[in-house]
Amino acid sequence: MEMIKKHFFSDMSIMLGRSMRHIFRSMDTIITVTIMPIAFMLLFVYVFGGAIQTGTDNYVNYLLPGILLIAITSGIAYTAYRLFMDMQRGIFERFHSMPIARSAALWGHVLTSLVSNAISFVVIILVALIMGFRSSAGVLSWLAVAGILALFTLALTWIAAIAGLSAKSVDGASAFSYPILFLPFISSAFVPTETMPSAVRAFAENQPVTSIVEAIRSLLAGQPVGNDIWVALAWCLGILIVAYLFAMRAYKRKAA
Amino acid sequence: MKDTAIQVKGLQKSYKQLHVLKGVDLEVEKGSIFALLGSNGAGKTTIVKILTTLLKQDSGTATVNGFDVAAKPDNVRQSISLTGQFAAVDEILTGRENLIMIAKLRYLKNPRQVADDLLNRFGLTDAADRRVSTYSGGMRRRLDIAMSLIGKPQLIFLDEPTTGLDPEARIEVWKVVKELANKGTTVFLTTQYLDEAEQLADRIAILHEGKIIANGTLSDLKKLFPPAKVEYVEKQPSLEEIFLAIIGKKEEQ
Repeated sequence: MEMIKKHFFSDMSIMLGRSMRHIFRSMDTIITVTIMPIAFMLLFVYVFGGAIQTGTDNYVNYLLPGILLIAITSGIAYTAYRLFMDMQRGIFERFHSMPIARSAALWGHVLTSLVSNAISFVVIILVALIMGFRSSAGVLSWLAVAGILALFTLALTWIAAIAGLSAKSVDGASAFSYPILFLPFISSAFVPTETMPSAVRAFAENQPVTSIVEAIRSLLAGQPVGNDIWVALAWCLGILIVAYLFAMRAYKRKAA
Repeated sequence: MKDTAIQVKGLQKSYKQLHVLKGVDLEVEKGSIFALLGSNGAGKTTIVKILTTLLKQDSGTATVNGFDVAAKPDNVRQSISLTGQFAAVDEILTGRENLIMIAKLRYLKNPRQVADDLLNRFGLTDAADRRVSTYSGGMRRRLDIAMSLIGKPQLIFLDEPTTGLDPEARIEVWKVVKELANKGTTVFLTTQYLDEAEQLADRIAILHEGKIIANGTLSDLKKLFPPAKVEYVEKQPSLEEIFLAIIGKKEEQ
């Protein structure tokens, strides 16, 4: 057991290297997780932006948190897909019959999701800077933003893991992500919720994305975050724990 | 006893209502090629999965290289390699990257050298830096088996290694399996092709309806064939005839 533990991190980093190669060799993935969110940002800032009243003069500042979340929500379907393909093609069976840390194969995918999203965030923020994004946030605030983004990524990644591990077909493995893709649009990510009809507004104000967006927005603007950050953390941790438990159950069932 | 690579006693396994293994007993000698023969759905893969620690049996015992599969799965995994029913290769990586990845996971000193040697040995050097998705079925299978040889495991499981291959690729795989056995590796092979068992195996066991109904060398099995009555031409039974005859007899009982 001791030897297995010692190897867990190196096994996982080999797995990480493997699936990062998958990402960099898939144009489709790169377009979806990085180019698309940037295209949304361009579209909203330069096409719709002029007509949107957010009460701030810098719409890029207003928009960026939502764009970062869109990068996460559009990337998780690929995590589910990669996991599903590994189960389907028998490479998981090879890993599991080898003397390596058993869950390294699964954790490799989770880590890949974190690392690839981190790369997307950096690229998106660089583009945002060129487009006029400015932040007065200090190091601590940036760390808090990174923490929230990482937690949200992890939470959605474990949801993706449930789908990837229990799906019966490729389509099934990624279908779960469609409702999640819509969450940023029905939130305060692009426009303030005040102008929405009451039912939509009630939904928008009480779903996880709004509190996460508001918390990140306040942190980046150097403003007090208030309650939003606690609501955001509660959502992220709650989803994370529940999804993790279900994903591990699905994993144990599949990997006997 | 020391020369036993695999020992299985009273192995049982059910999937919900389906009773797949109903008390399987078998023994595989070290350094031999053992073929487990059976039709689709007979439970061959289930046995392989239990022996390679991917699945837990409901009852019975299985020992691989002296380690109980249920109690000491880590030791079992140390000493075996599995080439599953579907080529377990990474299609997006190149052949070389696949081999290096496995060599790293087995903590070998020089993963690149290991990969080069195996690419050479399996005639994949020219295709080494192409993505596996561009490989033919035979090349994929060869890479798959090459990946299983990394770290020189004492015992290799090949679950239907030639299913879906063309005759030429099949002969290539046979050659590889024979070479392995010549070098002292124990090979546990499952197949639904009777000629494959006939070609390769030192011992053959026939799995039918969850039990081993015959087990022995090819000439042992030939003795089970009903003796010819009055015939003018002496005819050696093919293994296929033996197989069908034995199954038919069991079903009548």
